[in-house]
Amino acid sequence: MSTYSLSDGLPSAAPRELALAGWLKESGSGVAASLAWIAFGSSCLLWDDVGDWSRTHSLGIAAFIIAAFALFGTVGADYLGSAGRALRNRAPWLLALGLILTLWEVATAKFAWLPLPFFPPPQAIVEVYTDDLPKLLDSVFASIRLLLGGYLIGAAIGFLTGVSIGWSRAVGYWVHPVLRFIGPVPATAWLPIAFFTFPSSWSASTFLIALATGFPVTVLTWSGVASVGSAYYDVARTLGAKPSFLVLKVAIPAALPHVFVGLFMGLGASFAVLVIAEMIGVKAGLGWYLQWAQGWAAYANMYAALIVMSLLCSSAITLLFAIRDRLLVWQKGTVKW
Amino acid sequence: MVATAEVIAYPAAGAALDIEQVSHAFDIEGTELPVLSDVSIAVEPGEFVALLGPSGCGKSTLLRLVAGLEKPQAGALREDESRITHPHPSRVVVFQDPTLFPWRTVWDNVALGLEAQGILKSQRPRVDAALDLVGLSAFRNAYPHQLSGGMAQRVALARALVNDPKILILDEPLGKLDSLTRITMQAELVSLWQRKGFTTLLVTHDAEEALVLANRVIVFSERPARVKADIRVDRPYPRHRGDPYLADLRRQILGLLGLDATW
Repeated sequence: MSTYSLSDGLPSAAPRELALAGWLKESGSGVAASLAWIAFGSSCLLWDDVGDWSRTHSLGIAAFIIAAFALFGTVGADYLGSAGRALRNRAPWLLALGLILTLWEVATAKFAWLPLPFFPPPQAIVEVYTDDLPKLLDSVFASIRLLLGGYLIGAAIGFLTGVSIGWSRAVGYWVHPVLRFIGPVPATAWLPIAFFTFPSSWSASTFLIALATGFPVTVLTWSGVASVGSAYYDVARTLGAKPSFLVLKVAIPAALPHVFVGLFMGLGASFAVLVIAEMIGVKAGLGWYLQWAQGWAAYANMYAALIVMSLLCSSAITLLFAIRDRLLVWQKGTVKW
Repeated sequence: MVATAEVIAYPAAGAALDIEQVSHAFDIEGTELPVLSDVSIAVEPGEFVALLGPSGCGKSTLLRLVAGLEKPQAGALREDESRITHPHPSRVVVFQDPTLFPWRTVWDNVALGLEAQGILKSQRPRVDAALDLVGLSAFRNAYPHQLSGGMAQRVALARALVNDPKILILDEPLGKLDSLTRITMQAELVSLWQRKGFTTLLVTHDAEEALVLANRVIVFSERPARVKADIRVDRPYPRHRGDPYLADLRRQILGLLGLDATW
């Protein structure tokens, strides 16, 4: 008995402490996040704005609502299933966001520590989203249309060119030097020429985006096809494969991981060209919106457009990675975006 | 299941293979490197022939010629009287590396030959049957990176056998496996060969493996490879590794390879 007594005696006090520690660990950051958002809401309502912004009051109320969500969502996460778990995981981020917004609010709208109008307060940006939404949405759709058209054309041509160079010596002989000569030139360098040789600024921009996308896709598809081990071809040939089978069912699937690296690089390059083309020639899109906002010294609009743009680019990459993960399930250890 | 039995029911009888005075050389940066010198071997239908020789002597090159992946510089190779000029699914190779296509599931890998020949749609049960044959039906949806070395090599074997080859060409297929898996798969190879009746050509540099598996062991010289000895192994299957007759042959073979001092 005496040997058991020690271990028997200990747990009686421990569970309560453990439960408290566990609760703090699980919900503590949620409560803190909630407090941070209450602080943000209070900072909106407590002092008067130094400038004239119409959304201060609504923003404060919204902050309190978010605080309530954070509190009840994390404390009651066990009853909310996967949504509750997800909220709990993100609670530290919610906390950081609340603190940053509070600081931002105080530093701009309330005490103007940062110079106005270059640093607009959060409510000014909210105001852009509520009051200038139609124009902003038009710009978003214009950007998506332009980007998607140019990107898809560039990716398709780049892929076909890459496979052809990788596969056929004759095509390689002719295309490789052209690729080496033209490919490394930044697509934006063609901008002045493109804008007067193409019938419209829209087609010129599509061409430039396609060019920027096409180069990395071509090079990586080509290197992918070229690096396929000859053993794969040997196996397929002894099993009765014809040349078309070797291209479509051996070379291309084997090269696909490389192709996606090219598509990723091409996407990055296409964003840059898109924004520059919109700033300089095209009279629509987020790049144009940025330019327009700067012209009117509408700094809140610029920040608002920048946030939308980063969401757009990030979503585009997320989409690309989702497609890749779908097609390359057979690979192990791919980078999670 | 009945359909499976029907499809697989015609055992592909082995083909005769004639290697007639074949010589071959590689061109390495302008210098000729002879690898095969006047090799002649006549293989009977259904025979299990092991090709044994020092590392790098040109055995694997001979297999590539038999498969039709390359053409010999001199001499001719014939499968049942018709000259071998191209690869054909009646002569399938299993390489030392399984070389499974990593983007295909096990089932799709095995289906490769039928798909390449454009007959997969009507012959799907053959794929299932081949997977059954190597005992991997449960892994049909797995990807190659999920398989062990022995399982991957079994899939490679199924991928070859689904085509009902007349000549099965094995290029050290068990070379990279651990010794236990190796022994199991040697037994499996013999039983597959006995059931199906295909002609088998096995390159190995393990004298014991050659003696346990083959009817006939052909010993090659150093490069350029010439036939040094052609030994019949008249013992019933399953063979026992400790069989004194095989031990005696093994001593002879190692002697031919210049390794008698180590025995």
